Amino acid sequence: MSLFNLFDISGSAMTAQSQRLNVVASNLANADSATSSTGQPYRAKQVVFSATPLGGSNGAAAGVRVDRVIDDPAPMKMMYDPKSPLADAKGYVTMPNVNAVEEMVNMISASRSYQSNADVMNTAKTLLLKTLQLGQ
Amino acid sequence: MIGRIDEEIGFMSKALNLHAQRQQLLAGNIANADTPNYKAVDIDFSRALQTAMGSGDAVGLNRTAPGHLQAKDSNPFGARTLYRQPAQPSIDGNTVDMDVERTQFIDNAIRYQFALDRVSGKFKEMQLALSSQ
Repeated sequence: MSLFNLFDISGSAMTAQSQRLNVVASNLANADSATSSTGQPYRAKQVVFSATPLGGSNGAAAGVRVDRVIDDPAPMKMMYDPKSPLADAKGYVTMPNVNAVEEMVNMISASRSYQSNADVMNTAKTLLLKTLQLGQ
Repeated sequence: MIGRIDEEIGFMSKALNLHAQRQQLLAGNIANADTPNYKAVDIDFSRALQTAMGSGDAVGLNRTAPGHLQAKDSNPFGARTLYRQPAQPSIDGNTVDMDVERTQFIDNAIRYQFALDRVSGKFKEMQLALSSQ
């Protein structure tokens, strides 16, 4: 029954989107973390999605997974604060490269996609339940 | 008798199977709305149904020499998956247009329910014919 695959496909997308939301939360929470356990300032993280083709009868349909989580390559922010204990010789403190605007956009996009996939699952559920009533 | 039942129900059950397959493809498109370089896929439904009923020409490659391999179709119904033409190409190479996909998804869901309803109706007709009232 190929309709059951809809749960796998949409479920994988919901998992991926919630991971993306987790990363956004982590980035926004650490937007001002000038130091960490390694002594380095926090670097923004970004998820990379990749499509995972379903095996079996329908090779064209694909789910999603988070391929890897990368460190954002954007340059770190430099803030002038000579009083800070973390300041370098010139009085600058290296701050995380979190872009709050980008993160908010990411958050909205992820939540919309999550909702879409939840709708798809609901439709699949309705169709399957209708199929069960066949011949009654 | 079983052959007759199969004839009655065959067409609609094939349509039902194809709709279920297509629903899967559309769900995959919606799932991959944010995946870079993902290309949206779909099938030409009416053509796929004709092929499934054996009246259409099966899509495939002509084999003009005995050494040619049979092109393997990903779909048991012989429905070839095609790529959707994006209305607005995006910068990350993704061709999923959410409006189109969601519209097609709901449309296909309703058609699935219609086919289901018809199969159900056929069974009811048979029961009516079998009952002695």
